[in-house]
Order: sequence, then structure tokens, then C-alpha cells
Amino acid sequence: MVNLTIDGKQISVKENTTIMDAADQNGISIPSLCYLKGINEIAACRVCVVELEGKEKLLTACNNVAEEGMVIYTNSPKVRKHRRNTVELLLSQHDCMCVTCPRSGNCSLQKVANDLDILDIPFRQVLEHQKWNKEFPLIRNSEKCIKCMRCIQVCDKVQGLNIWDLEGTGSRTTVNVSGHKTIEESACSLCGQCITHCPTGALSERSDTGKVWKAIADPDKIVVVQVAPAVRAAWGEQIGLPLEEATIGKIMDALKRMGADYVFDTVFSADLTIMEEAQEFVERFTRGELKDRPMFTSCCPGWVRFIKSQYPHLVKYLSTAKSPQQMFGAAMKTYFAQKIGVSPEKIFAVSVMPCTAKKAECEMELFYEEYAGHDVDVVVTTRELVKMIRSAHIRPETLKDVESDRPMQEGTGAGVIFGATGGVMEAALRTAYAIIKKENPPADAFKDVRSKGFNENNGVQEADFMVDDIKVRTAVVSGLGNTRALLKKIESGEAQYDFVEVMACPGGCVGGGGQPIHDGEELAFERGKNLYDLDEKMQIRHSHENPDIQKMYEEYFEKPVSHKAHLLLHTDHLDSMSKYGTGYTKLK
Amino acid sequence: MSRLEIDSPSRADIVIEGLYKDLERRIESSPPGLCPVDMARAFLELCHAQTCGKCVPCRIGLGQLNHLITDVLDGKATMETLEVMEETAVSIMETADCAIGYEAANMVYKGLIGYRDDYVEHIERGRCICTYSQPVPCVSLCPARVDIPGYIALILEGRYADAVRLIRKDNPFPTTCGFICEHPCEARCRRNMVDDSVNIRGLKRVAADFAGEVDPPACAKSTGKKVAVLGGGPCGLSAAYYLQLMGHQTTVYEMLPKLGGMLRYGIPNYRLPKDRLDDDINSILKTGVEVKYNVKVGKDVTIQDLQKEYDAVLISVGASTDKKLGLPGEDAEGVLPAVEFLRNVGMNENMDLSGKEVAVIGGGNVSMDAVRTAKRLGAKKVSIVYRRRVADMTALYEEIEGAVAEGIELQTLKAPASIDVDENNHVRGIYVTPQMVSAIKDGRASIRPTGEEDIYIPCDALIIAIGQSIETKHFEDAGVPVSRGKIKTTSTGAFEDMPGVFAGGDSASGPATVIKAIAAAKVVAANIDEYLGYHHIITCDVEIPEPNLDDRDPCGRVNLTEREACERVCDFEGVENCMTKKEADQEAGRCLRCDHFGYGIFKGGREKLW
Repeated sequence: MVNLTIDGKQISVKENTTIMDAADQNGISIPSLCYLKGINEIAACRVCVVELEGKEKLLTACNNVAEEGMVIYTNSPKVRKHRRNTVELLLSQHDCMCVTCPRSGNCSLQKVANDLDILDIPFRQVLEHQKWNKEFPLIRNSEKCIKCMRCIQVCDKVQGLNIWDLEGTGSRTTVNVSGHKTIEESACSLCGQCITHCPTGALSERSDTGKVWKAIADPDKIVVVQVAPAVRAAWGEQIGLPLEEATIGKIMDALKRMGADYVFDTVFSADLTIMEEAQEFVERFTRGELKDRPMFTSCCPGWVRFIKSQYPHLVKYLSTAKSPQQMFGAAMKTYFAQKIGVSPEKIFAVSVMPCTAKKAECEMELFYEEYAGHDVDVVVTTRELVKMIRSAHIRPETLKDVESDRPMQEGTGAGVIFGATGGVMEAALRTAYAIIKKENPPADAFKDVRSKGFNENNGVQEADFMVDDIKVRTAVVSGLGNTRALLKKIESGEAQYDFVEVMACPGGCVGGGGQPIHDGEELAFERGKNLYDLDEKMQIRHSHENPDIQKMYEEYFEKPVSHKAHLLLHTDHLDSMSKYGTGYTKLK
Repeated sequence: MSRLEIDSPSRADIVIEGLYKDLERRIESSPPGLCPVDMARAFLELCHAQTCGKCVPCRIGLGQLNHLITDVLDGKATMETLEVMEETAVSIMETADCAIGYEAANMVYKGLIGYRDDYVEHIERGRCICTYSQPVPCVSLCPARVDIPGYIALILEGRYADAVRLIRKDNPFPTTCGFICEHPCEARCRRNMVDDSVNIRGLKRVAADFAGEVDPPACAKSTGKKVAVLGGGPCGLSAAYYLQLMGHQTTVYEMLPKLGGMLRYGIPNYRLPKDRLDDDINSILKTGVEVKYNVKVGKDVTIQDLQKEYDAVLISVGASTDKKLGLPGEDAEGVLPAVEFLRNVGMNENMDLSGKEVAVIGGGNVSMDAVRTAKRLGAKKVSIVYRRRVADMTALYEEIEGAVAEGIELQTLKAPASIDVDENNHVRGIYVTPQMVSAIKDGRASIRPTGEEDIYIPCDALIIAIGQSIETKHFEDAGVPVSRGKIKTTSTGAFEDMPGVFAGGDSASGPATVIKAIAAAKVVAANIDEYLGYHHIITCDVEIPEPNLDDRDPCGRVNLTEREACERVCDFEGVENCMTKKEADQEAGRCLRCDHFGYGIFKGGREKLW
């Protein structure tokens, strides 16, 4: 143990504890901006400086270790003066038009400046103007960037894609797309982790709320909205509803009150995905196609973009099933359009997703008889949904639980857990087992694939299951850096599996790039637990038992992997590679 | 009434003089990789502040050039801007009244020509192609990428053996390099910005001297693969060391009776005592390296034989022959190449030069070794004969200083013209043509004859130290690519058409430094390992101490002292003294820990393995 004094308080901490952590463990929060534990400990912003008695120079608390006998002041006149000066300097290169910022009210710079009561900036304002394609789903506003370098580090260390890097030198050093590329040319997976780890509004998703409002206002459009499983686990954080009150039913109510014509829960199409994907898995498995390489799940568009750019030779091992979002879109414009007797052109399909990559995935084309368009027309994130509710000045406490619309109403517990790492695998195994054994497994039979904690075991969960005397080897991974490591093992033969689930964001969709942002906190695991709790409370927990799904097959798709299902619910990843996502250039 | 007054500098003058010095040091330690367009702008601003304000091109023109460069940097320029800049720069160069103006414009002009690509990139894409490339200056300038801040931190904690272990991860010659490394690491040491560079080589010597014997780490499990290493110099031995650690059995073929190559047979004992060299070599041999002495490749064994017997072959034979002057009489008795002269001394076959006059031709480090060795062999008078000036000599300044202190004469601006030989075909003297310094070409002052008559310098021995070369014939005959007197490898140390054969060190790079030979050894060892189908990692589990958080108050650099000149010329014992513990602590404390503070902690960081 190390004994030291912080702000007059004598404390002991373990050896190798940073001054920041030592203070925190003793109830003293030291403000910071660039610091991100374990990911960005580079002492760039200088906001966390503290005074060490006897030394002239201030020290950063984030990356210097507490030593025996230190006497530290985190809020001395000297510290306050310099911290304030540093923040004023940051503000002199920051576009301070906070009211028009996507992060207004949830910005770490705004908070630090407000806390320090900075009311004017004594320096000349000089903003950096960098060009950016505003049509791209990921937006970077250089005028808001404080060069904390978190985006570079998150993309390098967590997602292993190195999309961001420093550019230029000296006073003109800035952040830009690495390798001198534009964002469209880059291999960006669009996971959005750089957005959720940005302390300011420098990184954000393209706002698509205007398109939704426009469609709602258009009398010729029938606005049909779906809401992904992970959204319910997080939207309450932003709108100010406690977890137990922030139900999916209230989202449905809000959407209806905003003017949506029909509202659906993506849990339904998650079940549909399982019908297709589990069937595909059983067929590929029994044909012996998975001996060398496993089948990979395909519902995460960040992962699909990743595999296409980083491991193009493995694309053929992806499941051909479309993601729940795309399947739902296809069903809305065919089965559903037919049901309500309108042409698919009239349907405007909106999805609310925890995800930024979905904004590119929705550009996947749909061809159906006369119709040529998209499964889904526009995607908004959880954050955008909350903004829409606010702009409709709906008071959250007035929201009621409203059921989603028929005939695609029911969803099972298996579909709900899609939003957490391991969920797709678990849901698929429940149904795959039933396909092989013609009887249901206990719903919790495959819970070994669930994560044990945020990024536990490097985001990988392995489990083997016996179905009679057949062994099924599975692995679940989340986070693209972790995924790369796992793929390396698979390619070298060090690891062998039959079925692998990949989600690009650490912890799965619940930790997605479109979810509410809490600077410095990783909430994916907690949100995931919420989905597992919901699953446990559901009456039906196997996708194939979803009565609305059964009915849809009866009336429309016949059976899983039928010809029609192939046309509408599956995709040839290879063929769509060049068309997939805004500006997504064809990869060599 | 007084007519004149004595000038005394104002307080401001004194301060600004100090700031000029600060700036000089800062420019010296400027990190490479900075955007040259931005630097041109910064330089121009300084130049413009220096203008006297009298003549128009300088007073106004430099300012306008600055605006134009700023437009380029701000992405507001077009290709036309470049033309305007070029025309303006030329105009200032040709019209400004004094050097303040025309030389400033020339700097801009040189950049416009020399790094036009950067300008164009800024204009066309609004982006800079440069990125800061020096996270930790000393590490990135060390060819072998030794973890310098790491071992200095260990020295500061008194963990000398750990420091040696850490150095050996990248360099198995810590003792040798503590004595004679050319320390490129110190060139841009950031401590220069405070006061002066850290004495890195001196601290390495401290680690080596204070640590005592440190065993090498355990070798990986034997792979059963065998590698032949041709030549037991720094490259061959370093490669053998790492290959042994990786589990491959290496056999070094050495043509001389002992190992070390130029370290033993080129560098005199007074600079690198042989018993200290043996410290490094013994540690290397402890890994199980086998050695075959007195075997010369091409004579006693062929490369073809070795290819058959071994899984891989490394050529690291060094540059062990000399370059000739090309003057008649060069084959006379008493004329000998420095390489041979020093090798004989290294083999204890000392010439008796008592009472004799010796002339050495050349201005490099080998020349300094030759003159100081001749002095120690009893020569009455030893002179360096050099075509250019002392300032143009390629030898390290300390070496020249050491030679002068030992009473060596410097005969500069004298180009060898002919060798005078007596009737017994023995050298008697040398005629030299007087030269004068002339125009600067490619950054180096050239010389031309003054037109005066040749001067005669009598000598009993004439030593030629104008460069070394490589014996390539056998390799060329065996099909190894050779070009310009060097073995020509790819950047991985391999050959396109000769799988399993690699080359490194002086024989592939041309005569270079020890640390470069070691750097090459790392490359070939790693690539041989890959070639043999493995991917062994070389690492070191020594934990690096956290940096000390003291203020960095300016403090002088500890330089190593030397034994008194009059005493040291009488023997071949080491010349340089190590630091005391007290000095070492102070010097190690001067390190700014660029691995923790600054860009080092962000990008680059610590290379823990290779």
C-alpha cells in the first residue's frame, strides 16, 4: 500500500494506482476530458492536472502513479487557475454554438466549462475547417474536435480498424481518416464506437429524423416503424425514465403519437431471422460444410462491413440470412403490404436501431415483382428517437404501454436477447435443437454463451453443446478487435467451431454506436442483463413457437429457406458488396 | 565632452542572446517528420523579423511569401499560388540588397523545388502527407531500437543488471556499445531543449560496468534447425545470439583466431579493451553458439557446402580489406593499409615504430585509430595528412581531439600526389599538393589546388586509411548478387533467387557502425526464423520504473573523462573513465522520459518485443 495526502485527506491506495483513481476511491473526482481508462491515458487535455507539493510543474492525475508520501492538491488556486486557462484554450478552438450541437447537454467539454463557470473566452477563436461528406452515416465536425485522440485509440485498440489517425504536424496536427483516405474510401465498419466515446459533438451519426418527419407529413406514405430489441434497454436513460418504466410499449405509444401509421417490434423479425438462420445452420452442419470453417452470423452490419473489408475470403462463410431489420423491411413491403392492400411503394419503412451501421445496411436493395427499392427506407438511432419524442413535446410520464400492430405482433424471448452479445447464438441454438430433436430444449439450455461481464475473456464466450452424440462447437465474440483475434485463431487452426456469432460493438447491440452516451461508462453489460430478464419473463421463449411467425410462413413464405424466403429474406453478400452502404467503394 | 563610449550589452541583449542559443538547441533536436511547408512558414517568419527594413523585396516580399504559404496551409491556395510564390522568391533572391533578404527567399525557393509534392498535396487535397514520426527521439534514432528511456530509468534505480537485460533484447553488445557506439540516439535528444543531450552512451557504459556478469536469458526449445554464420563480427555474433535464443543451433565460421571482427581487429584496445569485448562475446557464447576458428569462406569451405549442410546461411563477413590510393609506390615496403596495420596490432604482432616518423592518410575514425596506435608503438612523430580541413573530417570530434591531445600533427589541405621510395623499395616520404578550401558543393566544402609547389613530408611508414571494402569474389562466383562492391540483398536481408541465404552487416551495407550491424542482425535473425517456419518472439520481462516527477531544472551534462594524455600514450589500456555512481545518478535523472511524457505515450510507446 502507498500512503499519500490528497486535498488534506490522508489515504492509502494499492501500489501502481494512478492519482486519478486514488482520488476517485476516496470520493474526490478530478475533472478530465481526454482520459478513457485503459484506452486513452495520454495526458493530452491537461484538465486533470494536480499540484504536487514541492514541485513547480503540475502533474496529470490520469497517467501518473501515486507514490508514498505525496501531498497532492486537486483544487488549489494554482490548479484552478491553470485548469481554467487550459479549458479556455480548448474553447478557443472549439465551435461553441452549443445549441445546434448533437451533444448539447451531454458534452464533457460543456460540463467542464460550465463547472468552471467560464463565461467568456479571452482568446481569439480559431476554428479548423475540414471537408466532410454530410451524406455519409458517420459525421465528423472538425470545428468541435478537441483532439483528445479517443476516437483514434478506440478504433485502434477496441475495434482494431485504425480508421482514424493523426494528420499534419505541429500546431496543425489534427485527426483525420488514416492512410490519407476519405471516410468513404476507408474500411470504416460504421460501428459508431468513436461516436459514443467522443467527449464532444465532433463525431455523430447523420441525422435522419427530418426524413421521418417528412414521411409522416406525407399523406401518400404509410409510415411503418420497427424498433430493435436493444433500444428498450437504453432509451429510458436518455429520456429520463427508470429502467422498469422504459418499456417497449411506451416507445410504440410515442411513435403512434408522433404519427406513425403502424408500429412493430423487431423482436418479431429476430424470430424470423432465427427460423431462417437456424435452418440454414442445421443444413450446412449436417452437410458437413462447417468442418473447416464455421458459419458466421450475419445480423450485425458492422461485422459484415468488417469481414468484407478485412477478410473478404471469409465472406462466403457468413449466413445468407438478412438481418432482422432487413427481413422486417422486406416483410413490410411484401406480406404486410399485401395484407393491408397497398403497393410496396406506398410503404415508408423506418427502423429505430441502437446502431449506426444500420444506416448503411438499409441501402441494401430489394427487388420484388414490380418493386425495386429498399427493404428499409430510413434508420434512426436510439438517440435520434429520443430527440424526436422530445421535439414532439411528448411528456414521458404520459406515455402508456401500447401493443405493436398485427399481424406481425408477437415476439419471443429468443428475439429479445438478440440485442446482447450471445443472444443470436442462444436463440438460434434453441431452435436448431428443436429442428434436430423435434422437441424443445429447456429455454436456458444454452446460457453458457452469455457474457460474464463487459469485455470478459476478451469479449469471447466459447461453449460446446451435445445434441445426442453430436457435438456443436460455438463461439460468441463482440468487439471487432476481439473478433480479429478470434479470426486469427480460427484461420491458424488454433480454434475450431461450427457456429460463431459476431457483434461489432463490445457487449453487443446494447452497447451500440447509436445508443445513449455516458462518458467514461460502459453500460452494455447492464443493459444486456435487462434483456435477459425480459426473456426470462416471456411466455414464449423459442422463435419457432411464435404464432405470428408460424402464420406468416403458412400464408406467405411456406417454410424456412423456401424459394420465396430466399428471394426476400436472404442475401448474396458477395453480390451486394459494392452496393452496400453509402459511398462504400468496392474492395479489392 | 567625451567623443566615444564603451558599448555594454543591455539586459534585453543578454536575454535575447540566450534565447538564440535556446533556439539553436531546439532546432538541433527538432523531431523529424514535421510538415516542411509549415516549417518553411515558421522559418520565414523568423527571417522576416530579422529584416532591417530598408529594402523593399525583403521588408515586404518576405511577408507576402508568408501570406502565400499560409494560404497553402489553410487550403486556400491554387497551383497558381505556387507560381506566384516561385516568382516572388526568385525576385527577392535577385533584387534584395543583402543576405537577410536573398538567403531567406532562397530557403523558400529550395523548399518549393525540393518538396513540391508536399505543397501540391496541401493545395489539391487540403491535407498534409507528413505525420509526426518520432515518438521517442533516442529510440527512433537508434538503428537497433534499444529501449533507451527504459534502461536509463533502470540505471536511475540502481538496477544495472536489469538495464543490461533490457539492452540485450535489442543489442547483445551492451559493453562494447558503452565504449564505442557512435550514439546517433543523442543527436536529437529532447533534453537539448532544456540544456544538453543526455549522455546516453556514458550511461550504457555505467550499466555494463556496474552490473557485473549477467547471464543471457534461456533459449527456446531446440528446433533442430541449423544455421551457419559466416563471420564472427558484431552482425554475425548478434544474429547468432538471437537465433540461439530462438532455438536454432548456429555455427559461426571465423577466419581469424578470435571472435569480434572489427571490434577486436579494427578498434584499438585503448578505445575498447579486449577483456571488456570478451564480456559481451562470452555472454553470447553462453547461449550455445558453436564456433569454427581460422576457417575462411571461399578458401577452406564454400558457400555451396554450407548450403547443403545447414538450413540457412548468413553472410556477415564484414568489410575487411582496404581501399587503395592508386598512386605508384603504394606497394613499397613501409606502406600499409590501416586495416592490416590495426589487425596486426589486434593480433599482438606489434610493429616497432620507435623513433620513426609515421604519416597516416585519411580523416575518418580509422585514421584516428591508426595515428593513436602508431603513437603508442613508439613513433617519434605521427601526422595525419588530409586533403580538406579539420572541420571536414568524418571522424568523431572527440576522436580528433583525443589524437591532438596525444601529440598528433594535423597536416590539412594537403592532397597526396606521389610516394617517394628509396632504392630498397622502402617508403621514404610523400609529396602532397597544397589545397585551398573552395565552393560548397552538396553541402560540403570542396577544395582546389593553390597552385603552389608540392610539399615533401618525410616518413618511415605510410598508413593508408581512406576506406574499407568487401571481399566479394567468392560470393559473386557462388551466385550471390553483388553490386558496387557490396552484397546486394533485399530489405529483409534475403536474396530473391537464393532461398535460405541471408546477408547483413558491413558486407551488405558497406562500412558502417557497430550499432547498424546489430540492427541488421535483428532483421536477418527474425527473417531467418520466419524462413525456417517459426515465429519466435524476442522480449524482456524487466519492468520499467515509473518516471520520476521532479521538475526538470537545467543541469549540465556529465561527460566522460579520460586518462591524462601523456600517461595514456605509453600503453594500450582504456582511455576513457566511467562515470561515478553519483554522476550516473544525476545523469540518468536528466532523462526526460519521452516514453511517458509527450507523444511517446500515445503513439509508438514501448516496443516490448520483436
